[in-house]
Amino acid sequence: MKVALFIPCYIDQFFPDVGGATVKILKKFDLKIDYPLEQTCCGQPAFNSGYWSEAKVLAEKFLKIFRNYDYIVSPSASCTSMVRVFYPEILKDENTKEITAKFFELTEFLTKILRVESTEAEFNHSVAYHDSCHALRELGIKDSPRVLLRNVKKIKLLEIEDGDRCCGFGGTFAVKFPEISTEMAKSKVDNIIKTGAEFVTSTDSSCLMHIGGYMSKNGVKVKTIHIAQILANF
Amino acid sequence: MKETYTPLRFKENALRFIQDEKRRANLNRAIHHTLSKRIEVVSELPDWEILRQRAHDIRKEAIENIWHYIEIFEKKATENGIKVIYASDAIEARNQVLEIAKRINAKLCVKSKSMVSEEIGLREFLEENGIETVETDLGEFIVQLAGEKPSHITAPAMHKSRDEIGKLFAEKLGVEFTSIPEELTRIARGFLRDKFLNADIGISGANFLVAETGSIVIVENEGNAGLSTTLPKIHIAIAGIEKVIPRLSDLTVFFKVLGRSATAQRFTSYVSLINSPRGQKPDSPEEIYLILLDNGRTHLLKSEKLKEALYCIKCGACMLACPVYQTVGGHSYGWVYPGPIGSILASAQLGLEKATPLPFASSLCGKCHEICPVKIEIHHILVWLRHQAVEHKRTSRTEKLIFKLWLFAMKDAKIYKAGAKLLRFLKKIGIKPSLKAWSRTREFPQIAEKSFREIWEKELKN
Ligand code: SF4
Repeated sequence: MKVALFIPCYIDQFFPDVGGATVKILKKFDLKIDYPLEQTCCGQPAFNSGYWSEAKVLAEKFLKIFRNYDYIVSPSASCTSMVRVFYPEILKDENTKEITAKFFELTEFLTKILRVESTEAEFNHSVAYHDSCHALRELGIKDSPRVLLRNVKKIKLLEIEDGDRCCGFGGTFAVKFPEISTEMAKSKVDNIIKTGAEFVTSTDSSCLMHIGGYMSKNGVKVKTIHIAQILANF
Repeated sequence: MKETYTPLRFKENALRFIQDEKRRANLNRAIHHTLSKRIEVVSELPDWEILRQRAHDIRKEAIENIWHYIEIFEKKATENGIKVIYASDAIEARNQVLEIAKRINAKLCVKSKSMVSEEIGLREFLEENGIETVETDLGEFIVQLAGEKPSHITAPAMHKSRDEIGKLFAEKLGVEFTSIPEELTRIARGFLRDKFLNADIGISGANFLVAETGSIVIVENEGNAGLSTTLPKIHIAIAGIEKVIPRLSDLTVFFKVLGRSATAQRFTSYVSLINSPRGQKPDSPEEIYLILLDNGRTHLLKSEKLKEALYCIKCGACMLACPVYQTVGGHSYGWVYPGPIGSILASAQLGLEKATPLPFASSLCGKCHEICPVKIEIHHILVWLRHQAVEHKRTSRTEKLIFKLWLFAMKDAKIYKAGAKLLRFLKKIGIKPSLKAWSRTREFPQIAEKSFREIWEKELKN
């Protein structure tokens, strides 16, 4: 099985440990993984802002790089949805779907393709799980991360009230409408605090960057951690 | 309110609302109440998803063959004695109504709830022309008294608390203050009774137009639409052309999804199926007119992408469920149809130049699509509209330049790497590029010592 890793640009530069954790998990299951160095960004920021011709250039580049793998795995549901849901929208090439269908977010790859329900990790903390909108509503990822987290030893997994409500990130939305976006972050963080969790985790570093950014600005002590980093704790 | 009531002022309207804690609390209390009840009445139906799909399919069939079904509808309705009139825009529609009113020398109109009449500014227009026009839906009555606009399409006064309504009634109707809902309803009813009895014309909207039978279908909860469409001698219904559905039996699907989605009810209290004027039935008006309004709808029909927005049955669920709507309230959008679907309709009906901020005012979370009873891919259409905005140069030059530079860097891993290196160098010498719009309320993460690709090459590869 030829598996390629896609590490989104902002994880590459800001949260490299998430990439490291992903590699560690995949290696545990005896996969030979490749990380094509020509990769950069999936094009989502441009696509979501309406700059589709710019996004298209990157989409084409992306498909060229990843064309020959059996699977492409990424620790980001957001980028996965860009590729799997939106590439076919901007690239009219018939073969697009053949390649994009092989792209999986890490937790769904583990549970649905590898059929693994535990990474034998241990995490002695209380953790609230945050559903990223792209995971939940574009890709229908709801159970995969929960199953994997539940099987982490010593973890206390908590649900957030109104858990399917957006954290307010939304890419450029967060800077175009900072006040609205911040209010949404506030509601989310209020509900996270209510769980009493020490950590909040998610399939997406982008949500965590937003939630975490709001929390540290406002002195909230809850820490953010990407799900891969919990699952790689073995 | 008038000068700020435009999509172009969305951002400042939103800011004002965000700071108005009382208003927000009122709104969110009402939303929470409806949404939690909705979960209950939806979960009773194990085949909810099948129903949604069915509703979607019927609306699709109707819109894909709209002219065919309108033709059948018109033929049937005309045979039944309803006078069907086309209006291509708001001006035409308003003038049609005025012409009828003038012909019979009408002094007083009673109006039941109709968003289309809000869309064309009918009440204001009739009043300017000396015809008293009274809203008879309780929520609409409240916003009319307050001189405001509806903040939601099925619950127009949802931004107001009982206390505010009590004060408004005391001030405008000269009654004693009360905030008990039943009492408030009683006061409004008392005031409206005379109006119903003396009205020359009853104006209504329509929820559906059934092609098969030529029926105008109205669902409601207060009985006021029933009275508005039967007591006065003349009934004028106004409906967007998209309201047509093929068959009478389709209603069984829509009745199940509409009440639940709009007001979290299993079924609305009243349904009127209006088929023909007096002659056949004694309790019908002497004349019934149906104004079929285009007002930009054929523009939506022409676009494969926008067409789907016409499936909308105006239940308002996508507004309630939208975290942006919940944060900024309905008035901020500055357009009769607020929230996510409203942002699409505004862009299509008013033109992007008059509505540009709206498609961008969404985090694209997809809640609207998830809740929509006819499964419109609202959030995907919003992204497409953003694309249109870019194509039509509705975004700033700076933004365009940023994306050009960004693409230049992302197109080639070597340039991307050099860019990241530059950022690390800047960090080292103490310069951290900051984005105020982000940083004012949220910390921005630091660029990592080493990028993942460096770690990969040095440590992980083998
Ligand atoms: S788009 Fe869907 S949810 Fe929104 S008002 Fe229309 S039918 Fe209701």
